Amino acid sequence: MRKFLSTAAAAALVVGAATFAQAQDKQSVEVLHWWTSGGEAAALEVLKKDLEGKGISWVDMPVAGGSGVQAMTVLRARVTAGDPPTAVQMLGFDIVDWAKQGALGNLDSVADKEEWAKVIPDALQQFAKYDGHWIAAPVNIHSTNWMWINKAALDKAGGKVPENWDELIALLDKFKEQGIIPVAHGGQPWQDSTIFDAVVLSFGDDFYKKAFIDLDPATLGSDTMKQAFDRMSKLRTYLDPNFSGRDWNLASAMVIEGKAGLQFMGDWAKGEFVKAGKVPDTDFVCARYPGTQGAVTFNSDMFAMFKVAEDKVPAQLVMASAIEDPAFQVAFNVVKGSAPARMDVSDAEFDVCGKKAIADIKEANKTGRMLGSMAHGYADPAAVKNAIYDVVTRQFNGEITSEEAVNELVSAVDAAK
Amino acid sequence: MDNRSRHNRLQDWLPKLVVSPSFALVLIFVYGFILYTGYLSLTDSKMLPSYGFVGLENYRKLWKLPQWWTAIANLGIFASLYILFSVVIGLGLAILLDQKIRAEGFLRPIYLYPMALSFIVTGTAWKWFLDPGIGLENTMHQLGWTSFSFTWIKDPQMAIYTIVMAAVWQSSGFVMAMFLAGLRGVDNEIIKAAQIDGASTVTIYRRIIIPLMRPVFLSAFVILAHLAIKSYDLIVAMTGGGPGQATTLPANFMYSYTFARNSMGIGASSAIIMLIMIFSIIIPYLYSEIRGEKR
Repeated sequence: MRKFLSTAAAAALVVGAATFAQAQDKQSVEVLHWWTSGGEAAALEVLKKDLEGKGISWVDMPVAGGSGVQAMTVLRARVTAGDPPTAVQMLGFDIVDWAKQGALGNLDSVADKEEWAKVIPDALQQFAKYDGHWIAAPVNIHSTNWMWINKAALDKAGGKVPENWDELIALLDKFKEQGIIPVAHGGQPWQDSTIFDAVVLSFGDDFYKKAFIDLDPATLGSDTMKQAFDRMSKLRTYLDPNFSGRDWNLASAMVIEGKAGLQFMGDWAKGEFVKAGKVPDTDFVCARYPGTQGAVTFNSDMFAMFKVAEDKVPAQLVMASAIEDPAFQVAFNVVKGSAPARMDVSDAEFDVCGKKAIADIKEANKTGRMLGSMAHGYADPAAVKNAIYDVVTRQFNGEITSEEAVNELVSAVDAAK
Repeated sequence: MDNRSRHNRLQDWLPKLVVSPSFALVLIFVYGFILYTGYLSLTDSKMLPSYGFVGLENYRKLWKLPQWWTAIANLGIFASLYILFSVVIGLGLAILLDQKIRAEGFLRPIYLYPMALSFIVTGTAWKWFLDPGIGLENTMHQLGWTSFSFTWIKDPQMAIYTIVMAAVWQSSGFVMAMFLAGLRGVDNEIIKAAQIDGASTVTIYRRIIIPLMRPVFLSAFVILAHLAIKSYDLIVAMTGGGPGQATTLPANFMYSYTFARNSMGIGASSAIIMLIMIFSIIIPYLYSEIRGEKR
């Protein structure tokens, strides 16, 4: 028996060593992400091919689930076990949190050589750098303060894109008269909060910044905030009764099919329109949420690079460099529906909405109007973000009044800080 | 020492030897991690476990959170209705099946099979069935009954009751099986004696048989109560805790705070509260069982 055990152990060792040696042969990167839907997977394929051309194999580790919560749970287990993946798709404050734990690597050698600092907006650098060192490679910039309007319905209602709150309400009323659902929406906390982002932003950059980024209690508890909640209640009256729990892409489909007039959603929604064969300005119109033109609440997908074993670092750096390659930035973002994370990339290959997104971001970057999206984790750490979600979603679903919501917002944010 | 005594010794040791790996695993992965969670609930753990001791701070924060109170209130509604209806329906079905009917062997598994499904399957099926856009309401409209309306699952006030419906559907067959076993165990002599005394069937059930089912009621209560407290998957599949937070239960709260909100300390403290709830049901039960055995 003892002999058998020791033989088995020796055999296991030999096999282990062999696989280890195999892994050593070829450079590889292990990538944890949640880009599993059709368009997203196609976009990621671009990067995969690129790296394989450079002799680096790609170990895919997809964890489905749009918000990335499941992916983060897997990541926690991997890091705790001391075996982090090479790169992880990540958003905003999550990156900073991991950096604080000392779990992220250092990309300075590539970033300095390729002068990322000159081409990536400052607002993004706050998340891609920690303590002065590059820790993540930004892939794209999404902005969340968009409306996606069905062109036919808009034309029937006069054809004018609303530019302020009153015009928006007038348009929604006309949609109602046409017998379609005015607003396509999915009742999930992050979607409710995505609208809230835009509604709050429409009261001005300062208000948004003070409320969501500085978390100023006076602003959170102000009358203006109550007004913002009242507007949420007003918008709620334009939804169909069956909205709760619906996924965002199904809401997009309602606008695509002409069952609904418009959707408030980030520009990943464009991917759905394009996939359905719809053409911007012919079949649908993209416009900023009324009163927010010029400002951008952004949300940027980044690959956070983890501290990996010495021998895996070269491949990691090649991957980082490949992500910031202008050609990749174009190829990826045209497919994904987002704008490139670099400001020096040509917009020639993008459609009308893509061109508008790029132009808006460039302008906002110059005027300092790039603001992190609260709903997507670029304004506050997860605990605060979710505390705001709770209040927004309860008020939006009519569980509490605007008055109560304002009070609760102050105390919930304070408790989560 | 002859061969025979060695053989006996081995036989003495074998059961312990076979059980010991699973015992060790349970010791580490159940009780070890309960202790670990208890410890985490006293620390300042946020995204990853960290070991700064903060005393009962997390519990103080937890009981101040309106979401936690919502979850507790939801659990109160869900657990009481779930246990009540499962027991009533389960007992009713058992009594009906106990009437020596012909197709019993065919009917029994029909009621029992829902228990074989995972709550995820149950939840998804009921979600579709109750969804006004594609389920029951839509079907009724297509059949011409256009005034029919059933939108509970989308209504924050009523959504929790749809969860009860799905859970009762799944569990009442199992409760039925428990009662059926209990009913079969009733001594026929007692019933015959009652019949000779002229008692009606209803009276026999009401005065003799159902009171004899006391231990089954207790077992059913304990099993259903702990199922209710640990309910997680049904909510995730059916409503995702929504609309708003109308159907969030403590287990969903725990997952969300521990893994999505980087508040592992608060998440751990809510897990400990759930553990206390379960213990407060199980321990008196075990105590009465053990005392009953001694008697």
